[in-house]
Amino acid sequence: MIIEKTCIVCPIGCHLKIEKKQNSESGYEITGNNCPRGEKYALKEMINPERIVTSTIKIKDLKNLMLPVKTTDGIPKDKVLDFMKEVSNYEAIRPIKRGDIIIENIYGTGVNLVAAKTIN
Amino acid sequence: MKNYDLVVVGGGPAGLGAAIKARENGIENILVLERDHELGGILNQCIHNGFGLHVFNEELTGPEYAEIFVEKLRESKIEYRTNTFVLNISNNKVLDIINDETGFEKIEAKAVILAMGCRERSRGALKIPGTRPSGVLTAGTAQRLVNINGYNVGKEIVILGSGDIGLIMARRLTLEGAKVKLVLEIMDKPSGLERNINQCLNDFDIPLRLSHTISDIKGNDRVESVVVAQVDENLNPIKSTEEEIKCDTLILSVGLIPENELSKSAGVLIDSKSNGPIVDENLETNVRGIFACGNVLHVHGLVDNVTKESYIAGEKAADYIKALA
Repeated sequence: MIIEKTCIVCPIGCHLKIEKKQNSESGYEITGNNCPRGEKYALKEMINPERIVTSTIKIKDLKNLMLPVKTTDGIPKDKVLDFMKEVSNYEAIRPIKRGDIIIENIYGTGVNLVAAKTIN
Repeated sequence: MKNYDLVVVGGGPAGLGAAIKARENGIENILVLERDHELGGILNQCIHNGFGLHVFNEELTGPEYAEIFVEKLRESKIEYRTNTFVLNISNNKVLDIINDETGFEKIEAKAVILAMGCRERSRGALKIPGTRPSGVLTAGTAQRLVNINGYNVGKEIVILGSGDIGLIMARRLTLEGAKVKLVLEIMDKPSGLERNINQCLNDFDIPLRLSHTISDIKGNDRVESVVVAQVDENLNPIKSTEEEIKCDTLILSVGLIPENELSKSAGVLIDSKSNGPIVDENLETNVRGIFACGNVLHVHGLVDNVTKESYIAGEKAADYIKALA
């Protein structure tokens, strides 16, 4: 069976074709990708799909201004909604520098949630 | 009257890139004008990632992409003013500007770079019938309210238009706990990037109905429902296909238009197809010394391309100023 997916790694959006192949090293044969990142994405989609999460958190003592945050890499796709709930409990304290870690090692993945903006 | 070599109108990605490039090309006396309280333009509300793949070779969020350029601007000691609105630009490059602290002022420039960006098409531009309740927002307005100000815009949402901002907002609002019931597209194919259909709609099982539009908005104080209909080959709603869908919010993602009121005040000629200024290969308009770049010129799909274009405008404006001396 061939699974078709649009790659989400970059705006080009390659049409990936993924086929299960017992004799290949990864267990799958991937075609349609223009770069190695597409192959990596397709494999992850089959085994352990991940998504980068971007959101906002409150800033202590500031009204009407949120701090944008992002995960430094993908986290398991099925945990994204739970993670969003956890993120909403956090509040940043100024001064905040771009890259400051808000949550370390999310679900043991080694991925951090970091500030995406400097706010003094 | 204060004099500058170069005045850049707009402190978004186009204005920042152009100002930095002009400085690199030897122009000392530069002023960047920004109407918002901070530099960075629309990037500040685009908290999703995907920016900078071509310019920085990595995927950044909008605020990060903006901040890198703002830092460069500060390092280059380029003067800028925020909370400053340009009221008029004359064809001899005198700008009427207004600021809540310094009041009204006229400034003169040897060259001007137009970098005002674009505006969203609104409900009025679409002429959707129905009542006028609260809860009808453009995607960019919703994006600003949610991502910068931290408001919830609604609980049950229908999105008209499958532009990228609409798709990004479908995901964003879902992650914030709202129910996005439906995305409608009047054309027979989506207008946003396929990756956004995949990661913003398919990931959350949000249905996309092609060749559909909204034929009525109902509700008095707040949106209560919208009527959805399939369209015929002339894009007119087909009455027999109408279906009423309950929702409290309608988000419009139906296109962007370059914002050229100021360009026109300076006598800059506008192209009827792109809605942006007519420019030559140096990005110079018909008014000598007035250049344009970024979304004010034509709507770009990628900010990386705005940056590349802004570098050309900055360099060519610098050449123009140096040739005057």
